[in-house]
Amino acid sequence: METLTALFTFWREQAGKLGEQTLQHIGLTAGSLLLGVLLGVPLGLWLSRRPRWAPAVLGVAGVLQTVPSIALLGFLIPLLGIGPAPAIFALFLYSLLPIIRNTLAGIRGVPPAVAEAARGLGLTDGQVLRHVELPLALPVLMAGIRTAAVINVGVATLAAYVAAGGLGEFIFGGIALNNPAMILAGALPAAGLALAFDALLGGVQRLSSRRLGQVGAGLLVALPLLGALYLLPRATGKLLAGFSPEFVGRADGLPSLRKTYGLTRLPSVVLAPALVYEAARNAHVDVIDGYSTDGRIRAYHLRVLRDDRHTFPPYYAAPVVRPALLRAHPELTPVLAQLEGQISDSVMTNLNYRADYLHQDPKAIAEAFLRRRGLWHDARPAVAGAPVVRLGSKIFAEQYILAELYAALIRGNTDLAVQTKTGLGGTTICFEALRSGAIDMYPEYTGTGLLVLLQPRPAVVDSLGGQPAAVLRYVRQEFRRRYQLEWLAPLGFNNTYALLMREQQARQLGVASVSELGAFLRE
Amino acid sequence: MPDLSAPVIRVSGLTKHFGAHAVVRDVSFALAAGETLVLLGPSGCGKTTLLKMLNRLIEPDGGTVEINGRNVRAQRPEELRRGMGYVIQQVGLLPHYTVAENIAVVPRLLGHAPAAIAARTTALLTRLHLPPARYAGQFPHQLSGGQQQRVGLARALAADPPIVLLDEPFGALDPITRASIRREFRELEELRRKTVVLVTHDVTEAFELADRILLLDAGQVQQLGTPRELLFRPANDFVRRFFAAERLALQLRILTLGDVFIETTAATPDVDSDRPGIDSEKPTINSGKPGIDRDKPDIGSDKPDIENNKPYDNNVMPSFKHDMLDIKNTMPGIGSTTPAIINWMPGIDTDEPDTGAPPPSFTAATTVNEALEALTSGPADQAAPFTVAQLMAAFGAALQREEDAWKR
Repeated sequence: METLTALFTFWREQAGKLGEQTLQHIGLTAGSLLLGVLLGVPLGLWLSRRPRWAPAVLGVAGVLQTVPSIALLGFLIPLLGIGPAPAIFALFLYSLLPIIRNTLAGIRGVPPAVAEAARGLGLTDGQVLRHVELPLALPVLMAGIRTAAVINVGVATLAAYVAAGGLGEFIFGGIALNNPAMILAGALPAAGLALAFDALLGGVQRLSSRRLGQVGAGLLVALPLLGALYLLPRATGKLLAGFSPEFVGRADGLPSLRKTYGLTRLPSVVLAPALVYEAARNAHVDVIDGYSTDGRIRAYHLRVLRDDRHTFPPYYAAPVVRPALLRAHPELTPVLAQLEGQISDSVMTNLNYRADYLHQDPKAIAEAFLRRRGLWHDARPAVAGAPVVRLGSKIFAEQYILAELYAALIRGNTDLAVQTKTGLGGTTICFEALRSGAIDMYPEYTGTGLLVLLQPRPAVVDSLGGQPAAVLRYVRQEFRRRYQLEWLAPLGFNNTYALLMREQQARQLGVASVSELGAFLRE
Repeated sequence: MPDLSAPVIRVSGLTKHFGAHAVVRDVSFALAAGETLVLLGPSGCGKTTLLKMLNRLIEPDGGTVEINGRNVRAQRPEELRRGMGYVIQQVGLLPHYTVAENIAVVPRLLGHAPAAIAARTTALLTRLHLPPARYAGQFPHQLSGGQQQRVGLARALAADPPIVLLDEPFGALDPITRASIRREFRELEELRRKTVVLVTHDVTEAFELADRILLLDAGQVQQLGTPRELLFRPANDFVRRFFAAERLALQLRILTLGDVFIETTAATPDVDSDRPGIDSEKPTINSGKPGIDRDKPDIGSDKPDIENNKPYDNNVMPSFKHDMLDIKNTMPGIGSTTPAIINWMPGIDTDEPDTGAPPPSFTAATTVNEALEALTSGPADQAAPFTVAQLMAAFGAALQREEDAWKR
């Protein structure tokens, strides 16, 4: 019920965006379907004349169908970049199999006697095709197009990962933010679209073969028109931004940024978090969201725009532990404290750079860092039956490195055994694992603890004013009270949101802070 | 002799392999205008392949097909086919077209005027006992099998092609429907003028419809000739065995009263030596009609069309006569020939005028089978010129003569 209310509120607030995304979604589906029909039907017809090729062609189309859609998009990005091109091409590939297969099946379903009689009467091959085989195959052919349409409506949600828009923007934003209402806000219209396409084409399919011919021709005209919906003029500006779904959706992300800095003339596309940096590097977009300690900042020569009005909340990393662990093993407290304040933003960026870009092993990165700081001790010999400390981490490099740092310290300084459970997905999974006792500690960020896990009223967030110390104080107090979990001292770096631009472009435009960016856009 | 110097269809040395298997081997024949040739043989003998090579649905590996003196390979297949009606066992009506639209397919391809097409469709449907008002707008699935095949026939005839090819056209029908459609087919004025090639494995059908039969086995011609020749002058053991099961029924259908009663009166002593009776008497029956006249018999008189009165000679085309000598009608007006006929018919009193119900009108062209039917199904007291016993005795004698002639 609560979700439902939230859903309607969301729709009301985002009505314009919803309409735009729906039109984009229809455009993507129709455009790719049109390509699928234009290639798939002739290919199916050709195969009906060259049956020897059928297994090979259908096999290839079938293999394409089995490639996971995310992976397919991944393959296409190096070739086609980001934007509608890879999305439509991927959807087109998915639509091929049902269309080819049903075209072929439809033609094969024409009674041989009918085709032979028609030939015997003196119809040319083309006339047999046009007047006999195609009309008789149309119901089956239409069923294939219908299947392809429904598949495409579903897969088109993934277009949001490659900056092609569509209803997936809400869905992936909702998933990233663990916001069911937002997920539904995109998923329900997408499901509705699928049903609408299905019902429409199902109705067409049931027409008599005579009407079907006319309607089918009409459909061929309608598809490009629907596809053109995608091309409806959208806001343009001097720069194009590419943002991850989470950034677009969360209150302290894009909405707060726009409000604080008045970034109204910054048109943006949504794309997968993994692609944001690549998109900036390859100049598909100019401004991106990122994390201030990301290794790719260094690797791709990006510049972090200073958040001079402090719109992004502090995200200071600190280990969150079960107090029982520290009570049972008091010797751990000084060991864990060894990293307190040891890692600055640039240090963390460097460590991440080694992992993300140089592809070094997090364990090796951790050891190298500890040696440089003189904190390294070789692991003590294992003691049989020693208690096990279970370390968790979320599923990205920085968390892996932090987990390895703590593991190495514990092994080198205590007799305790260590088990690392890395890659526990997102925030919610890690947090629940900690609460349930499946892990004993994991590195968390103060901003995440505040906004994602505690979710206090806006008034409380405002009262904290984005002050790092105040936020830490609040989450520490609330975690103790609500969850009986303990925040230890922060490590020193602030892995918060940041706006990034290519170093070279930023220098050219003279943009070093978000305010300057706003000023440039308003010029 | 028919004029074969300019045959409508001439096939020479036609050969077709499917893989290593020879389906048709060196088949040759020539077909004159208006003739009906039946391709007969067991399943898989290559008769359908042979037929499809005539309209290039299958291309031969060797040999030539000429239509009106032109090699079919020199013509576009579509144009060739538009000049040849084509009917197949499964009918193959276009399911999304109405009956009228199906019939109009070829005329439309040929660019005929819509009004002419409509008139033609109406005429054909009427002739095939499918009232246009009721059937023209129906779709094939609404018709029975027999009705569908009638439409298929109408479609093949719609553009009035001079040649019609039929591939087991009645094969899928039940026996009763088959017999009635076959009768319609035979009586169809449209087909009378056309050169027809028909494929069947049904011996009765072949005998009923053929001017000549081409009997095939394993792709090779076993015999080409009139039904009578195949029956009484089998070229080889295969031909003989092929008709063995239905021999008697076929003989009853082939032999006419003219055949069986000839000897009873002629009774010439030298009949066994050189068959003068047959050779000399027959021209008389034919009213001097030359064998070269190859007009088809008047089927409208619903008499069988086969009247064999020529010497058995594989080189001779069958000869047909217009005049099915109806004894009652022709007797007064016909001069010297009439008495001979009367004399063959024992028990007919020529001086006695008809009284009461007219007796079955037997003619020289009436088959023994028909005469038997008439005798056994008609009223018992009806005046018949002969009894069943007399007829059968004469029939037996005639068979004996044929057998003797063949042995010699």
